[in-house]
Amino acid sequence: MAKIIFYFQNFPTIRYATLALLLISLCAALLGVTLVLKRFSMIGDGLSHVTFGAAAIATAMGLVTPIYVSLPITVLAAVLLLKIRSNTKIQGDAAIAMVSAGSLAFGYLIMNLFPGKSSSISGDACTNLFGQGILGINKQDVAICAILSALVLFIFIFFYNKIFAITFDESFSRATGTRAEVYNTLIAVITGVIIVVSMNMVGALLISALITFPALSAMRVFKTFRSVIICASVISIACAIIGVLVSLAVKTPVGSTIVVADVAAFGLFSLIGAILKRN
Amino acid sequence: MALISCENVVLGYENKPIVENLTFCLEQGNYLCIVGENGSGKSTLIRTILRLQSPMSGYLTYGDGLRKNEIGYLPQQTAAQKDFPASVYEVVLSGCLNRSGLAPFYTAKQKKSARDNMELLGITHLQKRCYRELSGGQQQRVLLARALCASSKLILLDEPVAGLDPKVTADMYEIIKDLNRSGVTVIMVSHDIEAAIKYSTHILHVAHTPKFFGTTEDYLSSDAGIAFLKGGRKNG
Ligand SMILES: Nc1ncnc2c1ncn2[C@@H]1O[C@H](COP(=O)(O)OP(=O)(O)OP(=O)(O)O)[C@@H](O)[C@H]1O
Ligand SMILES: [Mg+2]
Repeated sequence: MAKIIFYFQNFPTIRYATLALLLISLCAALLGVTLVLKRFSMIGDGLSHVTFGAAAIATAMGLVTPIYVSLPITVLAAVLLLKIRSNTKIQGDAAIAMVSAGSLAFGYLIMNLFPGKSSSISGDACTNLFGQGILGINKQDVAICAILSALVLFIFIFFYNKIFAITFDESFSRATGTRAEVYNTLIAVITGVIIVVSMNMVGALLISALITFPALSAMRVFKTFRSVIICASVISIACAIIGVLVSLAVKTPVGSTIVVADVAAFGLFSLIGAILKRN
Repeated sequence: MALISCENVVLGYENKPIVENLTFCLEQGNYLCIVGENGSGKSTLIRTILRLQSPMSGYLTYGDGLRKNEIGYLPQQTAAQKDFPASVYEVVLSGCLNRSGLAPFYTAKQKKSARDNMELLGITHLQKRCYRELSGGQQQRVLLARALCASSKLILLDEPVAGLDPKVTADMYEIIKDLNRSGVTVIMVSHDIEAAIKYSTHILHVAHTPKFFGTTEDYLSSDAGIAFLKGGRKNG
C-alpha cells in the first residue's frame, strides 16, 4: 500500500495515466452498452485489429506519435465496417473476421519488414497487442488520450437520447425524422477513437473486453437503459481502479489486470442476477 | 395540394413487384384505412410511405410541407431484441425525440406529453417496468403511446389493435378518431373491416393490382367492398 502511495506521489505520469485509463474505461463502457445492444461488438473487435495494423504502418514510417496515422485509418475502417454491416448482401460477421485477421497479419508483416529503430519486434508486437505496464506510458500519449476520451464522453452525453432511440428501434427513428445514419456513423467514429487511444495502454486485443464486459454485467441485473448505462460506467471505473492498484502493487501489465477485474465483475453480476431472478 | 400523393407506384423487394399501379392521394385531415389479405403488401406500403424503403418505380410525393419529424409510426413488429434494457417510460419518451432538434435533453413539455399519452393508454402504472417483460398487448400500447408522442401532422399505424383486448381496442379507436378530429391525418392498416368502415373517411384495398381507392361510402357499394365485406362478416 505504501508503495502505491509512493508511486502516486512521486510519479506524475502515473497520476495522468491513471486518469486517462479511467476516462478510457468510462467511454468504453458507455459505448459498449450501445454496441452490445446493436450487435456491433464484433465491429469493436475488428477495429482493434485494424488499429494494430495501422500502428505498425506508423511505426514503420518512423512516426513518434503513431496515432496521427492510426486514428484516421481506424475511423475510416469503422465507417466502412458499418456500411458493410448494413448492406445485407455481404455477410457482416464474415467481413469483420476478414478485416480483423487481415490487418493483424498485415501489421505483423510490416513490423518484420521495417523493424525501424526498435530492438525487439516481438516485444513491440506484444506491447501493441496486450498493452504495456503503466510505467511505460508517456506523457504525450496520456494527454491525447485524455482529450479524445473527454470529447467522446461529451458527445455521448449530448446525444444520449438519440443514441437510445436508434439503438432501441432504428426504423422508427428513421421513419419519424431522426437521422439514424448520422448517429450510426457518429457511434462508429467514436468507437474508432476510443479503440485507438486505448491501444497503447490496454492493448489491441483487450479493448473489446473493456467494451463488452461492463455492459453485459450491468444487463444481468438492471432492466432500464439509464440504469444499465450508469451501472456499466460504475463497474468499468471500479475495475479500472482495481486494475491500476493491483498492477502497481504486483507489477502486472495494467490492461490485462483490468480485464481480469472486469471478468470477475461479470461473474459477480451474473450471480446477483441469478439470485434476483429466483426471488 | 395533397398531403401525400402516390402515382403509378410499384412496391416490392429486390425486383419482385408486390403491388403494381398504385395511385391515390390523401388530403390533410383524412383518415385512410388500408385493407387487404395477408401478404398483399400493406406493411410494405406503409414502409414505403415512410421512406424506409423506396418504390421500384412511380412517384410518391409529400405535399403541404410535411416533414418527417411530424410523423408518428406504429410498426407491425419491432426489431428490438430480446432482453433489451428499456423502461416503458424511456420507450414512450423516445417518441418525442423527433421534435428535439439538436437539443440534448427532453423539455418539461415533452416529458408531460409522454406522461399524458401513457395515461391515455392506461400504462402509467407500468412506466418503470422493463418493456421486454410486458405482455404482447401491453407492449403494443407502449408503442402506440410512443407513436402518439411523435405525431403532429400524420400518424401511420400498422395493425394498431392487434393483440389488444376489446375494451382497449374500443378506446384505441376513439383515441385515434380524436386525434384525427384535431387535424392529424391518419393512415391505418387494419383487418377489422367493421371498424375501418365506421371510422375512416377513405379506404384503400391493396392487392397485386389495387382493388379500390376512394371514400368509405363508395367502397361499400363497390364490387371489391361487397366481396370483402361478405368474407369478413362470414369469418368474424
Ligand atoms: N424484407 C422482405 N424481403 C422480401 N420480401 C418481403 C419482405 N417483407 C415482406 N415481403 C413479401 O412482401 C409481401 C407483402 O408483405 P407485407 O408485409 O407488406 O404484407 P401485409 O399486407 O402487411 O401482410 P399482413 O396482413 O400479414 O401484415 C409478402 O408476400 C412478403 O412475403
Ligand atoms: Mg403487415
